Amino acid sequence: MADKLHFSLVSPERQLFSGLVDQVDAPGSEGDFGVLAGHAPFMTALKEGPVTVHNDGQITVYQVRGGFADVTPDGFTVLAEHAIEAV
Amino acid sequence: MASLKEMRNRIGSVKATQKITKALQMVAAAKLRRSQDAAQNARPYAERMAAVIANLAAGVSGEGAPRLLVGTGSDQRHLIVVATSDRGLAGGFNTSIVRAARERINRLLSEGKDVRVLTLGRKARDQLKRLDRSVGAFEAGGSPSLAIAEEVAARVRALFEAGDVDVVTLYFSKFKSVISQTAMGVQLIPAQIEASASAIDLKGAVYEYEPDEETILEELLPRNITTQVFSAMLENQAGFYASQMTAMDNATRNAGEMISALTLKYNRSRQAQITKELIEIISGAEAL
Repeated sequence: MADKLHFSLVSPERQLFSGLVDQVDAPGSEGDFGVLAGHAPFMTALKEGPVTVHNDGQITVYQVRGGFADVTPDGFTVLAEHAIEAV
Repeated sequence: MASLKEMRNRIGSVKATQKITKALQMVAAAKLRRSQDAAQNARPYAERMAAVIANLAAGVSGEGAPRLLVGTGSDQRHLIVVATSDRGLAGGFNTSIVRAARERINRLLSEGKDVRVLTLGRKARDQLKRLDRSVGAFEAGGSPSLAIAEEVAARVRALFEAGDVDVVTLYFSKFKSVISQTAMGVQLIPAQIEASASAIDLKGAVYEYEPDEETILEELLPRNITTQVFSAMLENQAGFYASQMTAMDNATRNAGEMISALTLKYNRSRQAQITKELIEIISGAEAL
């Protein structure tokens, strides 16, 4: 199994997700992108849309508005003004 | 001296007060737990935001830098945002915030600066009314909501963008522990960069930005103001309940002391009266 990526999704009210995952897809303002472990440092604003978390074949989707993505060697953080888990 | 009936009434009234303070204390304790959690939950966001901005700010300087970051180049006109609670009965909680803000205001005024005040919370509005420098007042509402924080932040930004103010400072009470809250000021505009928050180890790699740094900063900085106002509200809320709990605990204990002192006095007077009546009866009987 490949390395895992540390992903956290935080909104002003609370931390919605924090943990190790396989892959995260997010809607960047300049286009959608996916992040795997070992991604280059990267920073972008997010459009309104779904952030998809892939882990062990399971998929979790969060709807995000007013978001912002920050990829560092330590992991991937999404700061979102509004975020809810889509069902 | 008060009659026995008056003293009985007095004891009854203190007991009723004690019931109220006791109830308030328990309500505050229950709410404290919840608001402490809320403040805790909000911290990751604020911390990440500060780290990201510090990171970005390091790379942006000079001409293109957003004014929210570097300011207007003047520090003549100050806006002091004072955040307190709406309600009282919390010991010196609100007063200490207002006092800290007022010290700052007086210092600025003595330096010949122009000072405006924006209040968030009824207590701040009431206590600073006489300064007559208010440019707006908001109510904190029942529990901290992002919507109110956004309103306040929008007002602050509007004042800044209209060129009415140069420096914006936010006063609130930092929740350290249940027994310790400290009133403090945080500069909102120009944005303060925490030195400790910066320097994420990139392990030799270079950050990529989409779009460019300035655009991202321009979007983030206004949002950061909202975040800071929001976390101030959360800190305040937790501090308020902690402070109220302590104040009401003291009040309950004081009421208890008062009740025992009054009861002792009441019993003594009652006994004295009985003794007096006995003496009267006995000496009356002896006189026969």
